[in-house]
Amino acid sequence: MRNLYAIYRKEMRHYFVSPIAYVCIGFFLLVSAYFFNFFLSAVIQQSFQMEMQSMQFGMPPQFDVPGQVMRAFLGLLSTLILFITPFLTMGVFAEERKRGTMELLMTSPISEIQIVLGKFLASLSLFALMLLPTASYVIYMYLHSDPIPPWRVLLAGYAGILLLGGSLLALGTFISSLTENQLIAAVLTFVAFLFLWVLDLGHTSEGGLGSVLQYLSASRHYDDFARGIIDTSGLIYYLSFMVLFVFLTVRSIDSMRWRRA
Amino acid sequence: MIEVQDLTKAYGAVTAVDHVSFTVNKGEILGFLGPNGAGKTTTMRILTGYMPATSGTAKIAGFDVFGDSMEVRRHIGYLPETPPVYPDMAVEDYLDFVARIKNVPAEKRAARVTEAMRKTNLEDRGAELIKRLSRGYKQRVGIAQALVHDPDVIILDEPTVGLDPKQIIEVRNLIKGLAGDHTIILSTHILPEVSMTCDRVVIINKGKIAAVDTPQNLTSQLKGGQKIRVEVQAPEKALRDALAQVPGTTRLEAEQLPAGGHLVAIVETAQGADIRSAIAAKIVQNGWPLFELRGVSLSLEEIFLELTTDDAAHAQASSN
Repeated sequence: MRNLYAIYRKEMRHYFVSPIAYVCIGFFLLVSAYFFNFFLSAVIQQSFQMEMQSMQFGMPPQFDVPGQVMRAFLGLLSTLILFITPFLTMGVFAEERKRGTMELLMTSPISEIQIVLGKFLASLSLFALMLLPTASYVIYMYLHSDPIPPWRVLLAGYAGILLLGGSLLALGTFISSLTENQLIAAVLTFVAFLFLWVLDLGHTSEGGLGSVLQYLSASRHYDDFARGIIDTSGLIYYLSFMVLFVFLTVRSIDSMRWRRA
Repeated sequence: MIEVQDLTKAYGAVTAVDHVSFTVNKGEILGFLGPNGAGKTTTMRILTGYMPATSGTAKIAGFDVFGDSMEVRRHIGYLPETPPVYPDMAVEDYLDFVARIKNVPAEKRAARVTEAMRKTNLEDRGAELIKRLSRGYKQRVGIAQALVHDPDVIILDEPTVGLDPKQIIEVRNLIKGLAGDHTIILSTHILPEVSMTCDRVVIINKGKIAAVDTPQNLTSQLKGGQKIRVEVQAPEKALRDALAQVPGTTRLEAEQLPAGGHLVAIVETAQGADIRSAIAAKIVQNGWPLFELRGVSLSLEEIFLELTTDDAAHAQASSN
């Protein structure tokens, strides 16, 4: 546990002494704030139009502004992290291998699982640090809504984003352990993410291969969370995804010993 | 402290380390000498648990490097060929990190870091980022990293490579100072380094051990016995004939010096026989002016070349 913390601490420091954390967080907050503003004004405008229409036709106004904004915003966040997480994980192992510091880690009395978990938890923490400020936008909107929408939707949405992000980080960490080149790691990670994203496209039919692919698609489970539903199958999907790739990373690191260095 | 038995490492068809056996006693400095690609780094990597051997065993402090890897790793400090440093960290933070992953207890950590920095003369560089340090200072950080947890065994892969002559002397003195409390293995392809720092030398070439001995013994018990250098003014033919008559001469080379027209003859004798007075008598008898007469012991360089090129010639002959 102490070793795991030592690795975690070193990784967090590394993120914040290199420009990577600042660039990623800055970019993420800038783009997400811009789009949140855009969604909010677009949806409010749309709601005015709807209200006018409903007054003309004498129907009661029914328009869920916070819900609409929230859904669009969570959709945007999931797309954004697709582009950002490869940069958070690309160097995790590739850089250690290139600098030769892997030799230090692997000849120290710490286990591979401690190394991998320490690094994975650090990238997850950075991701959470990047994500949390965006919740303030939503909270601000919620507090100015009447009636205040259920907080459950907000919590489910952010839980979904964290789970999705964690899965992508685990996959990116694994890919980073396969190469010495950060750029290759980032590109491969991005390609793998895209593949997971579009896995179920063109297989909308129920049953057979279609439903298997739908279950495997990372984006499909996220949609449930974005609608405020914490779905057990989605929870299990993401958690097992993370466990699988953390495990594969441990195996990959271990296998380095057996390969020609 | 270290026992290596029939250690072999094969990378596919290439055998990098071939049935290597040696032992290192507690407190001793063992030099690992060989040309680049001889298998020094591979042997060290196996000892540190970085990679497993194909066959054979190695034990450090009684623990098997493969079976009890974690226990072995607690007992060793290791400086790989390139210092394993994080350029973005300050020296002190880096050493603190290494102390943590080497399981130094929290209450001793600060003291151990200070001690390692003191031993490697890094006291005034603690706050500096490693990437701003020169090659020599980076190397010192690498050495400090290997001692920060006060390990029983320190394994240093080419510790003086890339340093300037003054730094090399400092590092050698540092290593000598560590012996006694620590058992040290260091590798090098620089010969004087071995004779200056090590208690014993393992000469390794093409994965095989060519010789194991103290530097003194290697220098004195050389193949081909002793050499005597004679500088004299004489006709070459006559000198050759005269020296060949001296009993105990096994080999003779003569060569004209460019300046002064003196002849230099190298006379080799069987080991133990001192024929210097006989040679002198011979020269005086012929009335030649004698300018110099001295015994030359084969330098470690020559032994090394002899051992390694012999081997290469053998290998070539057997493969043809």
